Amino acid sequence: MNALTEVVQWFTDPTHWQGPNGVPTRLVEHVGLVALAVGIACLVALPIALVLGHLGRGGTLAINVSNVGRAVPTFAVLVLLAIGPLGIGAKATVTALVLFAIPPILTNTYVGMRQVDRDVVEAARGMGMSGGELLRKVELPLAMPLVMAGLRTSAVQVVATATLAAIVAGGGLGRIITQGIAFQDQAQVVAGALLVALLALIVELSMAGLQRRTDVRRRAAREARATGAADADADAETGDAVAREDDRVLAGR
Amino acid sequence: MRTRSEEIVSAVQQHVFLTVVSVAIGFAIAFPVALFARRFRSEGAVLGVTTGLYTVPSLALFGLLLPFTGLGAPTVIIALVIYSLTILVRNVIAGLEGVPEDVRESARGMGYGPARQLFSVELPLALPAVFAGLRIATVSTVALVTVGALIGAGGLGNLIYEGLNSVFRAQVLTAAALCVVIAVAADLLLLGVQRMLTPWQRGVQ
Repeated sequence: MNALTEVVQWFTDPTHWQGPNGVPTRLVEHVGLVALAVGIACLVALPIALVLGHLGRGGTLAINVSNVGRAVPTFAVLVLLAIGPLGIGAKATVTALVLFAIPPILTNTYVGMRQVDRDVVEAARGMGMSGGELLRKVELPLAMPLVMAGLRTSAVQVVATATLAAIVAGGGLGRIITQGIAFQDQAQVVAGALLVALLALIVELSMAGLQRRTDVRRRAAREARATGAADADADAETGDAVAREDDRVLAGR
Repeated sequence: MRTRSEEIVSAVQQHVFLTVVSVAIGFAIAFPVALFARRFRSEGAVLGVTTGLYTVPSLALFGLLLPFTGLGAPTVIIALVIYSLTILVRNVIAGLEGVPEDVRESARGMGYGPARQLFSVELPLALPAVFAGLRIATVSTVALVTVGALIGAGGLGNLIYEGLNSVFRAQVLTAAALCVVIAVAADLLLLGVQRMLTPWQRGVQ
């Protein structure tokens, strides 16, 4: 268990917690990169997916973009962008991250919009709702679990891709791992890997929590139970919401 | 001095080898794990663990394995087995769960034992979901192999890594394109096998 003590030593060494190479700086860089990339991807992908889903058009595109995203190696895109016209630096890294953040958001949001019960949509139209109202008040709230599932997959994916970006030039926690490999410092590699894995798990769990909170059907079921009106119907709704978590389209790693 | 085409061919060979071995081992482990999860009603726990494993980024997983298996192909294969395993377990469980209860009951009514029911009724019906998992696992494994370059065994990823250091764009682009070609070819191959194994579905899709 020599390796383990070395890793513990790495973590307890105060020099690893200070300066531009320290864990806090790298963590902030990493989270910043992820937030920026997912933010830009949302601005691009959400409007497209919501409109396409509302109109029921472009399904092939929306679904296939995920399959293509899975087949293209993230590593190759990072390298290509870095030695391409954008040059080695933050611009190339963020561009690559955004490219890989878009597919899960686009596909899941589209699927979520199309999965909204057609009877509900018809009823809303019958009540005289306009297209915009229908989208905002009916379709989007019901599609929310899958929209959030897309964001969650995307965020976890980008945490992983941002780690790889360290090989090329980007900062972030991946830097600790690649530096460890370069210096043949195994303890540092393991320490960096633990930090990255922990960050990914925290992002996954907090996004999963957020996803549950935005689920109107689950909330309705919970409120029904809280007011004592719990019946088989409400329970069935919760089961449905749980099942739909598995509908999300997974991204590559 | 090796020629460029020799270099490319050997990189492709390593790439395909790493992919096939990883997905095959992943499937060999995922199948019993899925059966075990169903048998002991522990699908939730098993899926929780596999989703957690899937969350760990590739570079971190390589890093965590490094002290045990060192640099080289074994580390890459173990990491890729873990990723394909998580996708496959999920899909095998979903496939078996999708078998209608009345079909199961009919099989029992016809006197099928548990093993015969599994292999001649439930598994064939679960095949589309299992193959969907195999295709996702294979395609993402092809892309992931490239990261192995960092620890010395990345197939076409080695060419990408070299291209990064020598700023040789054509080499990176070629290697990336070949990765996509391998992924698409593997996907179509698996789709073909699936069509062959599930003739009753041909009219449907």
